[in-house]
Amino acid sequence: MTHVVDDPVLTVEHLNMRFGGLLAVDDLSFDVGRRDITALIGPNGAGKTTVFNCITGFYKPTEGRITARHEGGKTFLLERMDDFKIPKIAKVARTFQNIRLFGGMTVLENLMVGQHNTLMVASNYTFGGIFGLSGYKKAEKEAVELAKYWMDQAGLTQRADDAAGDLPYGEQRKLEIARAMCTKPKLLCLDEPAAGLNPRESEELNKLLLFIRKERDTGVLLIEHDMNVVMGISDHIIVLDYGKKIADGTPEEIRNDPSVIAAYLGVADEEVEEVEHEIEEGASS
Amino acid sequence: MTDSTNSDSRPGRHLDFGKVAKDLIVTALIATAIFGSTIAFRTVSAAGGLRLEVRYDLAFYVIAVVVIGRLLLWLFIWSKPPGTSAVEMPVSIKSGLAKVTAKVGKGFGPTMLMFALVFPFLPFTDRYLLDLSILILTYVMLGWGLNIVVGLAGLLDLGYVAFYAIGAYSYALLAQYFGFSFWMCLPLAGILAAFWGIILGFPVLRLRGDYLAIVTLAFGEIIRIVLLNWYQFTGGPDGLSGIPRPSFFGLPFSRGEGGFSDFFGFDYSSMHRIIFMYFLILALALLTNFVTNRLRRLPIGRAWEALREDEIACRSLGLNTTSVKLTAFAIGGMFAGFAGSFFATRQGFISPESFTFIESALILAIVVLGGMGSQVGVVIASIAMIGGFEVFREAEQFRMLIFGLAMVVIMIWRPRGLISTRIPSIFLKEKKAVSADMVAQGEGH
Repeated sequence: MTHVVDDPVLTVEHLNMRFGGLLAVDDLSFDVGRRDITALIGPNGAGKTTVFNCITGFYKPTEGRITARHEGGKTFLLERMDDFKIPKIAKVARTFQNIRLFGGMTVLENLMVGQHNTLMVASNYTFGGIFGLSGYKKAEKEAVELAKYWMDQAGLTQRADDAAGDLPYGEQRKLEIARAMCTKPKLLCLDEPAAGLNPRESEELNKLLLFIRKERDTGVLLIEHDMNVVMGISDHIIVLDYGKKIADGTPEEIRNDPSVIAAYLGVADEEVEEVEHEIEEGASS
Repeated sequence: MTDSTNSDSRPGRHLDFGKVAKDLIVTALIATAIFGSTIAFRTVSAAGGLRLEVRYDLAFYVIAVVVIGRLLLWLFIWSKPPGTSAVEMPVSIKSGLAKVTAKVGKGFGPTMLMFALVFPFLPFTDRYLLDLSILILTYVMLGWGLNIVVGLAGLLDLGYVAFYAIGAYSYALLAQYFGFSFWMCLPLAGILAAFWGIILGFPVLRLRGDYLAIVTLAFGEIIRIVLLNWYQFTGGPDGLSGIPRPSFFGLPFSRGEGGFSDFFGFDYSSMHRIIFMYFLILALALLTNFVTNRLRRLPIGRAWEALREDEIACRSLGLNTTSVKLTAFAIGGMFAGFAGSFFATRQGFISPESFTFIESALILAIVVLGGMGSQVGVVIASIAMIGGFEVFREAEQFRMLIFGLAMVVIMIWRPRGLISTRIPSIFLKEKKAVSADMVAQGEGH
């Protein structure tokens, strides 16, 4: 069963990731739609974060191909790129399960670091900037505008000059997403964005993600355990278990898929009884 | 010693005599351990060799003073209820002090600069003070240069003196072999030191933490040992002498025709050259400060600080951390190269002796003591350390002891350096200092 995606921004084909004897990802293939919110779900240890790390270059996959496609038809083979080039050139940005902000820098500074590559070019790789050429000042103003835009969207404008490490947890999550958006990505990969958020914060997060998809033409790929978020905003869900894809479809299809239910809730009671019965028979004979 | 800081241990004014007695016995034992051997015995030279002089009485008095002092602390300070504890400063004074220091902090930089500009012309300034301030300014410049690597980029560099040596030898050798002048060599020395910064940068790119520190330490030693052993080229332990002095736009500081004093119609004085040296190092140091402050506001500077905060997050945002690290090493090294060539021209003689590990440690201590990443902190720490060394010159062998004690006290009082807050490089509405608890320290601390 494969969900058909018309215009994929990311295609993963036959991805394998092996750590010694452990096959963490086993022949996984899926597509991520350009304007879709795609959720990658599965029980703990299913290999979701490993898939993420392969896509964003933090791991080099053992086998398989990961292709990012831009609107013009330009393609990038992510498994062959250095990790820092993936956000820089292929425009695939990510966030982390355990938030990684620049805690000692302010919210605005965090968002400025997100625009490093644009600003580096504008400052003529520092040489223009150090002599105060006007081109850099203009670029910096634009960068601040973009940062302001994302602070507005994430509701962080009041905290612009506060240290990122001082923010409450929910705002740190949103700042990390805003910072990733400052790299102007085509695909945003979010690793458990709703983890540790209260219901109100996770509602705000849903709004932010829907906004990103609607306004910015950015595809979103997210790992999530919070089913409210997953079922509420996803267009497309991929379910992993033990590194294999066990289901792929719309939220409605996934909700009714017996293999997903089995993976999440275990098998039905009758089946367990049958197995127990067999074991007992085996023991007595 | 005992848990005297624990508020539970001192309930109300009533003293727990058993506890106090125990504490005093421990105090006496520690005091005996420290002073028993150092004060009670003393070697004096006598006819036919050394003689041991025994001074039990003096040792006893010292130990008694310590014990009585601690008893008084128990009676009058620690006996008070925790709320009114006199050891800690009241909150009102604390916040008031913070306000005062913030105000002082604002005017501190410009005041220091004004003072530095008029210093050579003040009536009490003599040759000794001027020489000392040139030395302090050299360390200020080195501290500011190292601050880029350690304070901003968060890469612990224990071999910084290598770049200082490269700068000094670059100038000395270029002058000796090619007859280049100081002004030609100054940029060349900076470029060479920056180049060696990149050379050092490559092997340490993958290293983190303690391993990074060890490799930089080794780099510092390698440079020194090469200079020491390459006798034909560097003169080895004999060093290089007769390094040419800088000229004032082509005017040498010499007596007679065509010299600086002759041209401007002054009477010749050897002080002219010293004053010129003073302004030269002041200008070089200010250049370092200006460039660093400028770089902090540019993407490269923010990338350095981001690298200190979180390297993985940097990579996830498309920052090439390799080039970020290499630029930090190169620019930090470049300023040390400038300082090195200044050192060579001031001394007129250099040898590997001047570039030992203790120099690296001293520069690092200045950066750490001043507060990592703080420019003003480096100035205060340089004055305190280099100036302090001079003030306690009388104390001879106790100088290091006093110095170590002062370091310990400061690190207890201000564990993140004298000026530990971080000033943001850009702000929207209001510039708020970031407290030290938030700021990461980077690799190897």
